[in-house]
Amino acid sequence: MKKAVLVFIFFWFCSVSPAQDVDLLKLLGEEKPETEQVRNAFKSTRVIMGHSTEMLAAGVLDFRILHRFGKINEGAYEMFGLDKASIRLGLDYAISNRFTVGVGRSTTKKETDAFLKTRLLWQTKGAKHFPFALTLVNGMTADGLKWQNPERTNYFSSRLAYYHQLIIARKFSESFTLQIAPTYVHRNLVQLSTQENDIGGLGVGSRLKLTRRIALMIDYFYVPKRGSDEFISPLSVGFDIETGGHVFQLHFTNALGMNERAFIADTAGKWEKGDIHFGFNISRVFTLSTRNRK
Amino acid sequence: MKNQLFVLFLLAASVSASAQTRYMTREGKVSFYSDALLEKIEAHNSKAAGVFETAGGNFQTIVLMKAFMFEKDLMQQHFNENYVESDKFPKATFKGMIDNLSEVDFGKDGEYAVSVSGKMELHGITRNVNAKGKLKVEGTTVTAVSEFLLNPEDYDIKIPKLVRDKIAKEVKVVVDMKMNKIAEDKTEK
Repeated sequence: MKKAVLVFIFFWFCSVSPAQDVDLLKLLGEEKPETEQVRNAFKSTRVIMGHSTEMLAAGVLDFRILHRFGKINEGAYEMFGLDKASIRLGLDYAISNRFTVGVGRSTTKKETDAFLKTRLLWQTKGAKHFPFALTLVNGMTADGLKWQNPERTNYFSSRLAYYHQLIIARKFSESFTLQIAPTYVHRNLVQLSTQENDIGGLGVGSRLKLTRRIALMIDYFYVPKRGSDEFISPLSVGFDIETGGHVFQLHFTNALGMNERAFIADTAGKWEKGDIHFGFNISRVFTLSTRNRK
Repeated sequence: MKNQLFVLFLLAASVSASAQTRYMTREGKVSFYSDALLEKIEAHNSKAAGVFETAGGNFQTIVLMKAFMFEKDLMQQHFNENYVESDKFPKATFKGMIDNLSEVDFGKDGEYAVSVSGKMELHGITRNVNAKGKLKVEGTTVTAVSEFLLNPEDYDIKIPKLVRDKIAKEVKVVVDMKMNKIAEDKTEK
């Protein structure tokens, strides 16, 4: 009975609480926490050289213009590299929020590349917590140079290389994101018998947001020695600047290559010697279809 | 014992019923429209929560910023990341009162023109606002309808010069909340 009286008093108090300044929103009760996907880990789908965990939304077309100038240590005669340019033009399209396909053409080696990027897992917070995101990239490249020995039988397959990459990324905070990307590259044909067809690399990419629209970016691939190949690990450092539908990525790099095979296998410049290229990526997105929006 | 409790509960309920009647929703609609020179942007949120209390004419709402849906994903991304900063300021709230409560008869179905004034918190900034609107009484529901202009700069939402022509100086906000009468002093579970 005592309990009942208490309950009664409780209800009575509730009902006569003053009308003014009452927090009615308490009536809504506890919000049920929802599982939320952690988004916008990077501003762009590329860290600098390599893929980032970020993906385009369904129905979005991304036109990418990539430029790498000559080496800064070439001096004033080459305007510190600005007189030379290597370009990759690319188009990426998101079939759905989980799948993006892309093609690109680079001036270096007249190489064409294509890839499929798949979102395997989202980093989530809220009701269901998952600490990192997983993304898979599968691509191939085809070099387009004239055959060195046209008199012998050459196979198209000799031009091809493949790459497979798993991106493990975590957005630690609004401003800091880190990803690691184990990468495997297979070259169908190598020049020397002492060279290995398979190369491994480990990518480390990071974003540090400085302001709402500007971020400091670092993109590094560790490429260990394989067979007779002594690889130079590519390192790029730069800034992402976002303005509406554009993202500008300005950076310095020792890698001239703009696809995975090229910057993992062919990087020749050394930072300590000043073999540094100034470069930029411009990304312009067009929303072609909004049908697949959730 | 159980019976006694039940009777007491009813008694308590009836006491408060005479004091105040409350209406509530979790599926209120809030939309906004930015009609600028170069771009028209609109976003819709159908998960706004609202509570209305007839006794004092108190009307309070809570709107989750991330629940605003845009036509283009990039717009939504920019809205959350660059403008309202949803991770830092996840919700907007409005706590206000109907100024002309005496003109509304909740016992009679109909549309009543009202003006509401109170405090709105958005992007971490609280400001006094007032707006004209309507209260539609239909049986056990009350629908609050209002349309007002909001200046993002008032809430420290900065719009860079570069996109000045794409985002309106004043954004039109449309509220449409149909609230159902709730049992007294009983929070929805």
